[in-house]
Amino acid sequence: MKILIKNGTVIDPVIGDIKKSDVLIENNRISSVIPNISEDKCEIFDASGLFVCPGFVDIHVHLREPGFETMETIETGTRAALKGGFTTVACMPNTNPPVDNEGIVSLIKLRAEKDGYVEVLPVACITKQRKGEELAEIGKLVAAGACAISDDGSSVMNSMVMRRAFEYIKMFNIPLIAHCEDHNLSKRGQINEGYYSTSLGLNGIPSISEESMIMRDILLCEYVDSRLHIAHVSTKGSVQIIREAKKRGVKVTCETAPHFFSLTEEVLAGYDTNFKVNPPLREKEDLLAIQRGLKDGTIDAIATDHAPHTSDDKNKEFQDAPFGMIGLETAFSVGVTELVKKNILTLPELIKKLTTGPAEVLNIERGIIKEGSLANITIVDKDKKYTVDKEFFVGKSKNSPFIGRELTGSIEGVFVNGKLKYDKGVFNK
Amino acid sequence: MHEWTRKHLLSIEELSKEEILTILETAESFKDISLRPIKKSPVLRGKTIVLLFYEPSTRTSTSFSLAAKRLSADIVNIPVKSSSVQKGESLIDTVANLEALKIHTVVMRHSRAGAPMMLAKHTNASIINAGDGCHEHPTQALLDMFTIKQNKGSFDGLKITIVGDILHSRVARSNIWGLSKLGAEVTVCGPPTMIPVEVEKMGVKVTYDLKEAIAGADVVNLLRVQFERESGMLFPSVREYAAMFSMDDTMERFMKKDALIMHPGPINRGVEISSSMADGKRSVILEQVTNGLAVRMAVLYLISGEKNNSEEA
Repeated sequence: MKILIKNGTVIDPVIGDIKKSDVLIENNRISSVIPNISEDKCEIFDASGLFVCPGFVDIHVHLREPGFETMETIETGTRAALKGGFTTVACMPNTNPPVDNEGIVSLIKLRAEKDGYVEVLPVACITKQRKGEELAEIGKLVAAGACAISDDGSSVMNSMVMRRAFEYIKMFNIPLIAHCEDHNLSKRGQINEGYYSTSLGLNGIPSISEESMIMRDILLCEYVDSRLHIAHVSTKGSVQIIREAKKRGVKVTCETAPHFFSLTEEVLAGYDTNFKVNPPLREKEDLLAIQRGLKDGTIDAIATDHAPHTSDDKNKEFQDAPFGMIGLETAFSVGVTELVKKNILTLPELIKKLTTGPAEVLNIERGIIKEGSLANITIVDKDKKYTVDKEFFVGKSKNSPFIGRELTGSIEGVFVNGKLKYDKGVFNK
Repeated sequence: MHEWTRKHLLSIEELSKEEILTILETAESFKDISLRPIKKSPVLRGKTIVLLFYEPSTRTSTSFSLAAKRLSADIVNIPVKSSSVQKGESLIDTVANLEALKIHTVVMRHSRAGAPMMLAKHTNASIINAGDGCHEHPTQALLDMFTIKQNKGSFDGLKITIVGDILHSRVARSNIWGLSKLGAEVTVCGPPTMIPVEVEKMGVKVTYDLKEAIAGADVVNLLRVQFERESGMLFPSVREYAAMFSMDDTMERFMKKDALIMHPGPINRGVEISSSMADGKRSVILEQVTNGLAVRMAVLYLISGEKNNSEEA
């Protein structure tokens, strides 16, 4: 079975190259990336006017299964991923029960094989029950297939436990993904601490709750010479701390989320819970620093932190509604609209943050488009405009901050493991 | 008078100067009713007003309740303890059910900031915010402004100081918005732990020194110290707070001759204010309570009255 992607422009984020080229897929691998391939006995995908990219990789999503299936399942979450051009997603372990034993890792992998539209890599817990007290059986978890460890949603507040985790993972080829928040400083916080927390009468989450914990984790990681990946960076200070750490050679990487380079706290003036997220939306200067961090390479990856919640849960008093916003379906378009069209990043630079950037964090062979590589391919139209409405979303939840916005850039086709799974709005499981 | 068009009263922040003045002028005309032998006007006859209080309140709910009665409205009191909220019903569902009973207006007190705004989006009834979390308490600020106007005449260049836990005070926020819009200069004073970040952007001056704060002030509005809030984190002890921020006789000589003392109540005698000050000649604390009635009648009339209300809520 051969498929030929014809007349497209291939973006190779590894070398930052853009060129007119055809791509031939044989079975589940790319067999050739050269201009003007002529093949008779094969299916043709016409990519005229479109860009052909490696399949996107999202290293931070919440698929909610097991435990919170009313919000999302592996099936619905990976369908949302596919629509957003993601062919690989790493799912966070704050499920119920949490991913702190091999059984849950295996369960997620089995479900993903059976129901998933895209590849799913489970992230396992750092500590048992995500309590921050005792290390989880990290060796067993890695053996079962965990791609990283994280207590996402919480920081490991006990510095000794965190130090031991950094030391322990040196036996394995995985990063520790840190959710950095000093929970004493952010206690009862609802939105960014600043003018809006003051005028709206909501408790603030100060930037220092994130920055002081990033600083601690970098110091611990550096001290024991381990590997650290920092999740959802949201402040100017965080970007600066990470930039300096990288400069002195600490093995640290980081990600930011689309909402941090596109939205600021002003949108919270109406108490709309779809804008309630942790870390919270920050200020204009934070947004600009995040954009600069993406440009200069301080920020390695864009990850959505896709966090589905039901409308019943979101339709509560602000303080009682959960944190989180969905992001898989809109990530690429938000990137094009806010970064490429505004000349912050070039299209290949954006693609890199969605492919090789995150793949290198997990040290996996994904996000590559060349002869011999796995045929995970995302084909995009960088100029197509659309207005986001609730019907646009194909996951279970609709808690997007972008509803009502016009975005530029759309996903036209997605190949997963050599198969055309998404073709201009049509899903083929 | 400026024409009133708002369906809800959610915050002072969203009101224009003209709208605030409209409420104050309307209150003026209602003040007399309470002085008549028959203290009743028929303007809200046939209207149903629900008092939905998710937080304990005596003064505000009594004031609203009496105001509604004097305007001949039918009122329903729903204190939270006896309602189905205890059974886990959501706020939106509670109000949807009330609305199904064809009520016109919900006067709501809630511990969560923004709760009235959320409700306003999900209901056809008019919502009056009677205090939401640490956000706003519009009618308290309106009665404070009314009292100031009665005593001082105008707001232009008036210096007003608010003392206490500004961080957690909805009264302070509503007063800051309203007074600034009317042309007064507002200063807030309290220990730094009780001053919210970037409050200057709301148009106020900040000082941590009570003497400095009251020098030259035309009005000193004292907030109740809320003992239940994070004691030990915001200030070490009530004793120390009182030593530094209590309005007592020793402060008298720093004040302007005609400066007023206000307090939204309930007062903690000997903490933020001494009895001599609370009961002294400067105090308009009880006048505030009386004026609260007129102001709430005005608000209920403007929100629920004929010209603003189709019968089908």
